[in-house]
Amino acid sequence: MTDLKLYQVGTFAAGNRLVDLELRSVQAHADRANSITSGHRACQGCGEALGARYVLDAAMRAAGGDVVVANATGCLEVFSTPYPESSWQVAWLHSLFGNAPAVAAGMAAGLRALGRETRVVGQGGDGGTVDIGFGCLSGMFERNDDVLYVCYDNQGYMNTGVQRSGATPPAARTANTAPLGPEPGNAFGQGKSAPLIAMAHEIPYVATATVADLRDLERKVEKAMSIRGARYLHVLVPCPLGWAAASSDTIRLARLATESGIFPVFEAEYGEVTAATPIRRPVPVDEYLRLQGRFAHLFGKHARPDLVARIQAAADRNIVRFGLVEAEPRTGS
Amino acid sequence: MFEQLEGSRAVAKTVARCRPAVIAAYPISPQTHIVEALSDFVRTGELPGCEYLMVESEFGAMSACIGASGVGARTYTATASQGLLFMAEALFNASGLGLPIVMTVANRAIGSPINIWNDQSDSMSQRDAGWVQLFATSNQEAVDLHVQAFVLAERLSLPVMVCMDGFVLTHAVEAVDLPEQAQIDAFLPPFAPRQHLDSRDPITIGSMVGPEAFTEVRYLMHDQQLAALDELPRISQDFESVFGRDTGGLVRPYRTEDADVIVVALGSVLGGVNEVVDALREDGVAAGSLGITCFRPWPAEAVRAAIGPARQVVVVERAFAPGVGAIVGQDVRHALRSAPGDGPAVYDVVAGLGGRPVTRASLRGLLDDVVAERLDPHELHFLDLDHELLERAGTPWRRTS
Ligand SMILES: Cc1ncc(C[n+]2csc(CCOP(=O)(O)OP(=O)(O)O)c2C)c(N)n1
Ligand code: SF4
Ligand SMILES: [Mg+2]
Repeated sequence: MTDLKLYQVGTFAAGNRLVDLELRSVQAHADRANSITSGHRACQGCGEALGARYVLDAAMRAAGGDVVVANATGCLEVFSTPYPESSWQVAWLHSLFGNAPAVAAGMAAGLRALGRETRVVGQGGDGGTVDIGFGCLSGMFERNDDVLYVCYDNQGYMNTGVQRSGATPPAARTANTAPLGPEPGNAFGQGKSAPLIAMAHEIPYVATATVADLRDLERKVEKAMSIRGARYLHVLVPCPLGWAAASSDTIRLARLATESGIFPVFEAEYGEVTAATPIRRPVPVDEYLRLQGRFAHLFGKHARPDLVARIQAAADRNIVRFGLVEAEPRTGS
Repeated sequence: MFEQLEGSRAVAKTVARCRPAVIAAYPISPQTHIVEALSDFVRTGELPGCEYLMVESEFGAMSACIGASGVGARTYTATASQGLLFMAEALFNASGLGLPIVMTVANRAIGSPINIWNDQSDSMSQRDAGWVQLFATSNQEAVDLHVQAFVLAERLSLPVMVCMDGFVLTHAVEAVDLPEQAQIDAFLPPFAPRQHLDSRDPITIGSMVGPEAFTEVRYLMHDQQLAALDELPRISQDFESVFGRDTGGLVRPYRTEDADVIVVALGSVLGGVNEVVDALREDGVAAGSLGITCFRPWPAEAVRAAIGPARQVVVVERAFAPGVGAIVGQDVRHALRSAPGDGPAVYDVVAGLGGRPVTRASLRGLLDDVVAERLDPHELHFLDLDHELLERAGTPWRRTS
């Protein structure tokens, strides 16, 4: 069953119970670490809450529980720590919106000076990572500080009410990119691929992942934790509220984002792509976009197939660039 | 042991002997010589066991200090001017989290217009950031205050800024009695953080606090600051008994006992002020001076006690609040608000902005005007204001003298 991949969220879902014990997700084990525990205030179906739980549990497992976390301001921080409560069962510090990579770098330096083996994880949303915290992130990469930094990309400033970020896709409606004018929604730009920019720093490890493939996410965290130096993990985490999508569609959306080529899932070491997850069942971007209210203005009465075609072109470019669709379809499993 | 040293080097050597575990800094004049020396000490092993982070900005520097201090490491940085402003958000965060970071501020003007020279607008602009602010009048004092700053910070779990005038002190070469390593080790115990991140006992630091408890959290911070008013005099007494030097504690009164007129100032300008005080005394004027060592928290009681029954108080400051006037002057008035009677006349004088020298002649002229009551205590005065230059700029000057 080695090639088998089940798309499951990983808790005690039926699918998980069908796989061999060693293939099951950490979350399937009764003794899971649960770094972020229940009771937090995330929306139903929050991809970020799910992603963070998997990332930190996997990191904790890899480090024998010896982990400290620096967290940026954003949904993840706000929904997890309404004083006097906290969901964190891991040593955790929130400082500011734009400094989590630098705080994490300071932690790593402090721990090294104190002779402690504790590992450091920094984390934040796409805004905290690709926009306001980008200088600190790049500095941390350039110095090759011993930090695993994880960006939970929900493609917008969700915590402040869904404004656009540098990671918001073109044509998306946000609170400040209304569907108005000849190019409704967020402007078509060149995009800002934090993983590619991370690779340009030639750090030991860069990877992307989504909450649709939690085993893959865990594996990448595990791999990242086996490496020293600056590591970057960019995780696509659908946000039902900001994307105006059904809470029950979080996993489906993450999967469609990868299968349409919109969000390439790959790994890179020292600036070179080493692996890309092939698309098993290519789908047109249409399927992905239609499930989200933030793209509703592209369909319906004043449909904009021209803009959908531009988004498709970007996805196709990813497919070619990362070799996401294999020439020979794989047989069997 | 006395050594002929540049102020920056004296501070760097002393900081190294305080054994910081992490230094994260970003260069800016006139702080550069301090951090350059420290990075050398780390590389040569003169400062063993220390991690020196060459960060990408001052915001990164303070943020890295927050992370390092958060895991329980003794942490130091230094900056000035634009760099201090670039840190501003993280400064408030460090104090809010109660992290005992020690920082040197090599006082420098803030642009625009850009100006690398000395005044104290930078640290004054962060007066409410929740940091203790200590001001050195000399390089010896800068050295001595750094040692005490680590003790104070770690005892109270508060960040402490040691302010020393840029260039005037940082680049001045003079004889300094450097505290020996063994003396410092005896005076400054190893860092035992009040709380820190430890995977074996995981805690959440920096959570979101709403209206139900925010006021109380801030109140506790105020209370913690005020505790420094008790702690610093104790530390400076202990310091004197170990190192044999009186660093003044909260304030440094000079010939104030029977003074009619007292000059209040911070930093290196006090040297010149005291010489003018001596000259005035020789001419039969009962003058004195009051140096403020601890500007934050504000030692209101010590200020009131030192000013006593003086008739006139002249506050000479190297910064001001545009559109209002004095900064330190307001605090002096606050300290005097419960003084008996009408209290003394308080004169606000802005001097030495952007590196303009505050000469003894100008100070003497100022004090002669004050004593002769030629100066209006209700106005903001700018020492040595060049009226000709203002006229040439086409801006009529008003409300200034
Ligand atoms: C310096 C600063 N600017 C702005 C904010 C307001 N702010 C808080 S969270 C946030 C957006 C967070 O976006 P992101 O990092 O993507 O995280 P998300 O909430 O989407 O998970 C903003 C703009 C802030 N806290 N600090
Ligand atoms: S707004 Fe989005 S990211 Fe924030 S808690 Fe809700 S679902 Fe999660
Ligand atoms: Mg976001």
